[in-house]
Amino acid sequence: MSQSDKTFSAACPLPIGQYPHAVMAHGGGGRLMQQLLELLVRPALDNPWLEQRHDSAVLDCGGTRLAFTTDAYVVKPLQFPGGDIGKLAACGTLNDLAMSGAKPLFLSAALVIEEGFPFDTLRTVLDSLNAAVKAAGAAVVTGDTKVVENGKGDGLYITTSGIGLVEHGLSIGPAAIRPGDAVLVSGDIGRHGVAILSARESLGFATTVESDCADLSGLVGELIAAGIEIRCLRDLTRGGLASAVLELARDAKLDMELIEGAVPVCEEVRAACEILGYDPLYVANEGRMVLFVPQEQAEATLGLLRGHPLGRDAARIGSVIQAGAGRVSLRNAYGGQRILDLLSGEQLPRIC
Amino acid sequence: MKYVSEYRDAATVQTLAQRIAAAVTRPWVLMEVCGGQTHAIVKHGLDRLLPASLELIHGPGCPVCVTPQGVIDQALEIAAEKDVIFCSFGDMLRVPGSRTDLLAVKAQGGDVRMVYSPLDALELARIHPHQQVVFFSVGFETTAPTTAMAVRQAEAEGIDNFSLLVSHVRVPPALEALLAAPDNRVQGFLAAGHVCAVMGYWEYEPITAAHNVPIVVTGFEPVDVLRGVLGCVEQLEQGRGEVENCYGRAVKRDGNAVAQQLLGQIFEPVDMAWRGMGVIPAGGMALRGDYRRFDAAERFRLGAAPADEAGQCRSGDVLTGRIKPHQCPAFGKDCTPEHPLGATMVSSEGACAAYFRYRRDAA
Repeated sequence: MSQSDKTFSAACPLPIGQYPHAVMAHGGGGRLMQQLLELLVRPALDNPWLEQRHDSAVLDCGGTRLAFTTDAYVVKPLQFPGGDIGKLAACGTLNDLAMSGAKPLFLSAALVIEEGFPFDTLRTVLDSLNAAVKAAGAAVVTGDTKVVENGKGDGLYITTSGIGLVEHGLSIGPAAIRPGDAVLVSGDIGRHGVAILSARESLGFATTVESDCADLSGLVGELIAAGIEIRCLRDLTRGGLASAVLELARDAKLDMELIEGAVPVCEEVRAACEILGYDPLYVANEGRMVLFVPQEQAEATLGLLRGHPLGRDAARIGSVIQAGAGRVSLRNAYGGQRILDLLSGEQLPRIC
Repeated sequence: MKYVSEYRDAATVQTLAQRIAAAVTRPWVLMEVCGGQTHAIVKHGLDRLLPASLELIHGPGCPVCVTPQGVIDQALEIAAEKDVIFCSFGDMLRVPGSRTDLLAVKAQGGDVRMVYSPLDALELARIHPHQQVVFFSVGFETTAPTTAMAVRQAEAEGIDNFSLLVSHVRVPPALEALLAAPDNRVQGFLAAGHVCAVMGYWEYEPITAAHNVPIVVTGFEPVDVLRGVLGCVEQLEQGRGEVENCYGRAVKRDGNAVAQQLLGQIFEPVDMAWRGMGVIPAGGMALRGDYRRFDAAERFRLGAAPADEAGQCRSGDVLTGRIKPHQCPAFGKDCTPEHPLGATMVSSEGACAAYFRYRRDAA
């Protein structure tokens, strides 16, 4: 090898600039999705209700407080261990309402069906959607159906919207979080992401992990009825626990600290993440939430959560520290601390 | 989790850190070769448990980071062709070429697919006989045997719509190159355990003999990394420079004979450009003899990859341990994972990505 200086000259590309078009990571719940929302979507639709920056907007309608939310569901495969796109579309919207502490009342469902899609599967999916909505004490009261050409629709997309009644006097949302609050999670994380991955034929590894896909509205209702002064709730979806906490820290302008070892992760999820090089903190969930409650109510909240089937593995995972730039740090078992950050793109399997 | 949790045990980590501190009597500079080890060190804050006089510098052991920009541009050119299914490991899809990246080509209609193995790409070739399926095969001696297996399988089945854009690299010549550099600071290496699981560590014995430098085969968990550091430090303090295996549960001296034989059958060592390091003699692998008909660069008549252009990024200095990522003026400012100047920032194994993700406060 030459020993000239040129041998080790740095040689790297120039910046590629911002993407002029959408890439998959713009929907991944990480930094690119945040940029899309902040730079394009929010400015285009700007209004005070959007500024609540919560999973559902709480609207005052002649003295009655209603929560309103919408979400589109795109998942491959459409049926996966622990659920299907119908259950997902129901639970996702019920959970968005629940995160405001709202009692779900009415949902809509819009179906975008790809030409050639089997009706047997459609029937199964709709049954599953309806069962979840009915179990929550709500109903699908309106909807829409469109069919797109073969090859243009990935089988089936579902968009659900939901209206719920806010019967409590709490202001649940990022603005209510206070320094000193305890950060709790309602159960172990990462099950949905791993279940979906394992169901994709290209991966080909077997796991018994089922999606955590579930409706949290009943559990939230119990907490409110028990008098827990919930400051904020957020269901964990794309981007996982880390992205949810980071978003809230930023919106609340509060620094937070999480304890890595306190975050519950089941053995199967941990093993799958090890193999793929994924961090469970960023893996998707569909039936878990992070909760912010006053320090002195942390134990009572945990007790209530653990008494419910959907909160059995609930844990206290950290604290809100102080006003700041929305920095979240993670303390590890060795006494070290590192920053937690939004993912820059989708999580990708490692090469070696 | 057996075979993982015991290697993350906090008490063992703290004991090892204390033993290292007790062993160190003067400043030493060690390089962990592998990007996976860099991430383990930064993610778990292991370097902060070590004495200040013991410096860990981060090596070129990330296959994504060392793939030259010219080869990325070749990949982009092939991926944009009609009737081509272009496949690679996930990490490669985000690495910038001179103008764009593979994910952007995909967003604009190119058939770019992430696969988990070259054998998955071969399966795509089987089920899409009227399309050319190209696998962008990068990686060290860890991934190359699977690529070799795919080539042998394609030949056995007569699959002629499958080819490879090859950018496989070899570790031992890179260590030689680092040691031979006029301003080398590295006094001991933590060798990448997974590379040695395939190749063994006999290849390192001539290097330690010629340079009197310790090379310690090291795993990727916190306990593994600290055992490797301790092994290196003890040798340095005693004036020894030998190969030592601290990853015995996965590595034997002779490695995996079947994989090595397969590699030798399909590939031959060639001089190869590493991003940021220039051409390293015998630093890469190319398809051998008759197997060259599976070479995508020849099939698509691409010619030689263009030489890298110099830019403002200093990832070459990062890859060779001259600077730490946060010492680069562009780090976290002009260069972020969304707008990377170099592969060390975009690759999940890259040192700059590790610092950005876990240690931005160091800047």
